[in-house]
Amino acid sequence: MKLEYDLVIVGGGPAGLAVALEARRNTVKDILLLERDKYLGGILPQCIHNGFGLQYFKEELTGPEYAERFIAKLNDNRIDVKTETMVIKITPDKRIIAINRDDGLLHIQAKAVVLAMGCRERTREAIAIPGNRPAGIFTAGTAQRYINIEGYMPGREVVVLGSGDIGMIMARRMTLEGARVKAVLEIMPFSTGLIRNKVQCLDDFNIPLKFNHTITRIEGEKRVERVTVAQVDKNLQAIPGTEEEISCDTILLSVGLIPENELTGEMGVKLDPVTRGPIVNENRETEIEGVFACGNVLQVHDLADFVSEEGEIVGRAVGEYLKRNRKFRHQPIKIVPGDNIAYVVPQHIDFIVPGRKKIKIFMRVKNPAERVRINLLDDKDRVLGSYKKRIVTPGEMVSVYLPEVLLDDKLKNITISIKSN
Amino acid sequence: MKADVVIIGGGVIGTAIARELSRFNINIILIEKEDDVAMGTSKGNSGIIHAGYNADFRTLKGRLNIKSNPGFDKLCRDLKVRFKRIGSLVVGFNEEDLKKIRELKQNGEKNGINNLEIIRGPKLFELEPNLNPQAKYALYAPSAGIISPYKFTIALADNAVINGVKVLLETEAKDIRIKERQVCGVVTNQGLIETRVIINAAGLHADEIAKAAGDNFKINPLKGEYQLFDKQWGNLVNHILFPIPTKLSKGILVAPTVHNNLLIGPNSCRVKEKDDLATTRAGIKEVYEGAKKLIPHLPHQDLINSFAGLRADIEERDDFIIEASKKIRGFINVAGIESPGLSSAPAIAEMVSGILKEVAKEISPRLELNYKDDFVETLVEQPKFADYLDKTGKWQEIVEKDADYGEIICRCEKVSKGEMLRAIHQPVPARSLDAIKRRIRAGMGRCQGGFCSPKVLKILSEELKISPLGITKKGTGSEILKTKTKDMIKETGVKFKDEVRV
Repeated sequence: MKLEYDLVIVGGGPAGLAVALEARRNTVKDILLLERDKYLGGILPQCIHNGFGLQYFKEELTGPEYAERFIAKLNDNRIDVKTETMVIKITPDKRIIAINRDDGLLHIQAKAVVLAMGCRERTREAIAIPGNRPAGIFTAGTAQRYINIEGYMPGREVVVLGSGDIGMIMARRMTLEGARVKAVLEIMPFSTGLIRNKVQCLDDFNIPLKFNHTITRIEGEKRVERVTVAQVDKNLQAIPGTEEEISCDTILLSVGLIPENELTGEMGVKLDPVTRGPIVNENRETEIEGVFACGNVLQVHDLADFVSEEGEIVGRAVGEYLKRNRKFRHQPIKIVPGDNIAYVVPQHIDFIVPGRKKIKIFMRVKNPAERVRINLLDDKDRVLGSYKKRIVTPGEMVSVYLPEVLLDDKLKNITISIKSN
Repeated sequence: MKADVVIIGGGVIGTAIARELSRFNINIILIEKEDDVAMGTSKGNSGIIHAGYNADFRTLKGRLNIKSNPGFDKLCRDLKVRFKRIGSLVVGFNEEDLKKIRELKQNGEKNGINNLEIIRGPKLFELEPNLNPQAKYALYAPSAGIISPYKFTIALADNAVINGVKVLLETEAKDIRIKERQVCGVVTNQGLIETRVIINAAGLHADEIAKAAGDNFKINPLKGEYQLFDKQWGNLVNHILFPIPTKLSKGILVAPTVHNNLLIGPNSCRVKEKDDLATTRAGIKEVYEGAKKLIPHLPHQDLINSFAGLRADIEERDDFIIEASKKIRGFINVAGIESPGLSSAPAIAEMVSGILKEVAKEISPRLELNYKDDFVETLVEQPKFADYLDKTGKWQEIVEKDADYGEIICRCEKVSKGEMLRAIHQPVPARSLDAIKRRIRAGMGRCQGGFCSPKVLKILSEELKISPLGITKKGTGSEILKTKTKDMIKETGVKFKDEVRV
C-alpha cells in the first residue's frame, strides 16, 4: 500500500471528516484518514438523539445522520480511509506508526498531520468517589454505547452524577427504555451542559436535577445497591447531616471530558494546562509546524457543529501550509484569558493574511453570568472591542470575532475579559 | 470428587503452595470461592518484595522474607512475571528518625542483609530528585523490589495447573469432614471433595476454616487504601519510598509499579467486616496527605484509580501461623499472612512442603510423596504488544501469523485481541472483565475500561459462548448488563404522556 501522504488525519470523527473534505477542496491531493473504530463518525453513530446540525446545516439531524452527510461526500473524493487502525506513535518529523489486522504495522510518512483523536470521559476513579467497586458504574458514553450500539440495557434504577450533556441525554434515553432515573446530581450550582438539554431531557421527563449535590459513597459488593448523596458547600465539600440514601443498581457518570492527547504529548507538542489540548495558532497549528489539531482533542466542544467548523479551518490551513503560502507576523499576538474566562482557543495569532476580515475566538467562561460584555483589551487595558451577551455559562462555548483591523504590529497581547453590567 | 491434598484459598499463598506441592506425584485440588485467583489480599497490596530489615529474624516473618528475597529474580524469570529490583529508601527528617533508621539497619544486619546503607545530604536527592527537600536521611536497601502481586499469583496458579493441580473457581469451603481425629473431606458449595490433607490458606477467612477443624485464632481485617496515578508518572520516583515505620505498619509509601504507574498508600484502619473493601473519604485524604510528606508534588489531576485491600491480622500475635493442627491429623494452617507475606510466599510454600512430609507419615493410609520427573518449572513467554512498541518489526511477524494480534482492543494499555484470546484460554482462564484486566491490563489504564469494556464483553461472550447478559465484572452477581434493549420497556410499560416533547 501507499506509505507517503501529503496529509494524514488521525481520527475519523466529525473533526477528522471535516478536515478531509475541506483539505480536498483546498487542493490537498493525497489524504489518508485513520480511524480506530470499525466505522467512521467517531462518537456520532451512538448519538441517536437529535439536535445535531442546527448551526452547520440549519436543520435538525441525529448524530448518525449528521455523520453520514460527511461520510457520503468522502466516498466521492478518493480520500484513502483505513478503519480499525490504531495509531500508536507520531514522531515530530511526521512519521506515523499504526497497526491493524490486515496490514500489521504501518509506517507512514506525512507532509502534514492533523490530530483529531477526540476525548475520553472522566471516570469514577478520576474523581475518587469513596466506596465499593461493584458492577453497575458506567461513564454515560459507555452506557450509551451499550444501549445504542450493542443493544443492551446496563441498568434499571439509575442515579446520574454530573449534568454534562451526555449524562442528561442518557437520563432521557434510559427513561424512554423503561429504566427509572431517580436523580441527576450536579456538584456545581449550575448545569455543566447545554440549557436545551436540561429542558428537553430532564424537565420534560420530571427527572429531578439536584444542584450542589454529589455522591459521597457507593455501596454494593457485586452490583451497585445504593448511593449516599449529600449537599456540598461553597468549597464543594459534603455538608454533614445532609446525607440521604438512594437505592439504585446503576450509576452513570457525566463528570467531564478529557482530550486524548497522549500521542500528542509523546511527540513533544506543548499542551495548554486548562484545555488539556495543544496550544495552537489561528490555523489550529501546534508548536510543531505542519501538525494541526481540531475537535475535542483541542478543546472539549459543546456542539458537533463547531467541531466541523474547526475541522474546516484546519482543512484550509493545511492547504496553505502545503503550498508554503503563508506570511508570519514579525511577532505573534497572544490571546490571554482574563476575568471569568477559563480558556481561549486559539492561544496566539501568527499570520498576516491578506483579505482576512476577522478571526473567530472560542472560549469558555468559568462561572455563569447574565447581561455581560465580553471585552477585548490591549496591553494597557484599553478596550479594543466589546460584545454584549445576554447569558454566558460554562456548559456552552462562547465565541467572539476579533476584527483584523485591531491587529496592529506593536500589539503583543489581547486579553479577553467578561464584564458584568 | 477425590484428592490427596485440598488447598483452600487461591491467593498468593495458596497458589505458591499449590505450585510447590505439584512437584510431588499427588492429586491436588485448589478451591477458591471467587471467580478468579488473587481476589483477596493478593490483589490489594503494595506489590513490594521487601528487603527484610523490618521483622525480627526469630520470627517467621523475618526469616521467611529473608529466605525468599534472593530467589525472586529466578522465580519471576521462570514464571515470566515482571520483577524490578529497584531498591527502597526509608526516609527520615530529623534526629529521632535517624535513630530509628539506625535501629532498622542493625536489625537488617542481624537478619543477614549486608548491603544496607544510610544515605544523607545531596546524594539523597541524586537518588530521588522529587523527594521532599526537608528530608535528611534514608536507609537504602538495594535488594527491595516491585512486582504485580496478582500477576505473580496468576502465574503461580497457571504453573501449578500445568503441573497437574486442579483449580476450582467459585468453589467455597463450607465445612470440614473429620473422622477419628483425621481429615477426610471438604464440603463445598459444589459438593464434597474427599481428601486426607487440607491446607488452610483461606486468607482473611482462615480463622473460620480453622474453627471447623477445632483450631482457635481470630483474624481481624486491617484495611489499607491506595491510589494509582497515570503511567506518565511512574518516573516521579526511582525507588520505593517509605516513611519511618510504626508498630502497626510500614507506613504510606510512594513507589512506581512494574507497569510504570505511580502507587501511593496504604493507610491502616481496623474494620469490622472481612469484605469491607470500600474506600473512604477520610482514607483517600490520609493516603494523599501521607504520600505528600515524601513527594510534595503529586499529580492529583492524573489519578486513575483508588482501591482498598485488607490485611489478615491475627489477634494477639505478631507472626504468621504456619503449622500442622495439633488437634487433628491432615490439617495444616497457613494463616495471618500479612506483610511481608507476598515477599515470603516462596519460602512459606517450601516450609509447608516440609510440614506436609511430616503430616503425610501421620495420616492413614499414609500419603506417599515422590517427586515427579516431569515437573515443569517455567511458563512460556507470551508476547504483549505494549512490550513491542520499540521493536515493531518483530510484532509484524506475530501479526502475519495471527491477525488477532493486529487488532488493538485497549487503546490506553495497547492490548491486542490475540492477547485477550490467550487470557481466556490460559491454564487459569479469565471469565470476567476484571479477570481479563488483571491478566492483560485491558481496562487498567487511564480510561478505566470506558472504551474497551464493551469490546471485551463482546469477545468474552463470543469465546465462552454465553449471552452478553451473562458476562460479569467479577463473578456471579456482578453481571454488567440487565436486559436487551426494548425488553425493559415491555416489563415496565410505556408511561409517557402525549404532551412530552420527545
